[in-house]
Amino acid sequence: MLSAHGLTCVRGDRRLFSGLDLTVSAGEWLHVRGENGAGKTSLLRLLAGLTQPAEGEIRWCGETINRDDEDYRRNLLFFGHHGALKEDLTALENLEFASAMDGATLTLEAAMRALNRFGLRGREQLPVRVLSAGQKRRVMLARLVTRNAKLWVLDEPFTALDVKAVDLLSALISEHVTAGGMAILTSHQAMPIPGGRVVQL
Amino acid sequence: MNAILAVMRRDLLMVMRRKSEVLTALFFFVIVTSLFPLGIGPEPNLLRKIAPGVLWVAALLATMLGLQRMFSADHADGTLEQMAISPTPLIMLVVGKIGAHWLVSGLPLVVVAPILGIQFDLDSSALGVLVGALLLGTPLLSLIGSIGAALTLGVRGGGVLLSLLVLPLYIPALIFGAGAVEAHISGLGAGGHLSLLAAMLALAVFFAPWATTAALRIALE
Repeated sequence: MLSAHGLTCVRGDRRLFSGLDLTVSAGEWLHVRGENGAGKTSLLRLLAGLTQPAEGEIRWCGETINRDDEDYRRNLLFFGHHGALKEDLTALENLEFASAMDGATLTLEAAMRALNRFGLRGREQLPVRVLSAGQKRRVMLARLVTRNAKLWVLDEPFTALDVKAVDLLSALISEHVTAGGMAILTSHQAMPIPGGRVVQL
Repeated sequence: MNAILAVMRRDLLMVMRRKSEVLTALFFFVIVTSLFPLGIGPEPNLLRKIAPGVLWVAALLATMLGLQRMFSADHADGTLEQMAISPTPLIMLVVGKIGAHWLVSGLPLVVVAPILGIQFDLDSSALGVLVGALLLGTPLLSLIGSIGAALTLGVRGGGVLLSLLVLPLYIPALIFGAGAVEAHISGLGAGGHLSLLAAMLALAVFFAPWATTAALRIALE
């Protein structure tokens, strides 16, 4: 379970939000909403442990998270605005490197299956730079399948995706949540996934 | 350990896909060191005297060329972010990146240095000392340089700042590296200089990755 207590985020001399409380338990997902510049991305980066809150604390299973918290990081999958993909490497190599960083072993079969699921069959061996923006996004999202993480923190996961991929991603998220996972995401669209709560910034 | 190897493998793979980067540093080294004998003319005594200094200064500048790119690409495309929150400690991944930098822009210099040394009329034992000194010194340059690369990450005009920050820190390596060859030529023996270089390398292996990691975390905030 992830909970945040009295979170305050200060960027420069602007206070984006203060005294924010939130909880996500197994089988729940949070939809973070707000205008552009309201601090959605900042909140997600705080929750991922990339930045430190000005005030307040974030707890994972009752323990305050810190930078060297291996247990928390093992359970966390964070996608930011950037795809974290290497343009010169193929989709498959990108996926393999990502899972090597996670300390997991990814079999070729599992990697291929994940890429196929995201409609990248036949493009596994192409350098990522020749793929379209949406396809790059799909390569990144393939990590949702290969990485076994309990908590998904996704920043605008639907950007650049076509209708089919949006459906696929929504299905994946609901599957993950019904299987006892947790998800926190930002999106400007209404989300067709049941069991969610909205956090308005 | 696996993570270190994975990072090195990935960085080397990317260099192989885009060979210009490794070749730039190497050609820079070759051309700069070749210009001196051409400019000074055939005066073996003078050339022998300036050889260690010229080779070392060129090596310093050649390793500097690739430094700025060490973390900037990973920073720009979000990979660094993912590294920072991956279950593998960031310091391991940093060690992998430093290792890859040395393999790409340090090791090739060590390999070609003896050939370039011949232009300066160095004899074979002096060439041996030169290679030994570079073998100890170039990893030291990569390690110290990584701190500068991490500190200037995301700074506009970081390239100039990086040189200003890192070159003064390279001075001890330059003094003892070039000094080793000079001492050998003058008959004093290079042992002392090489031991000091090795000591500095041992110190840097322990502290530089740690300092670089701390600097990267600041850059990510």
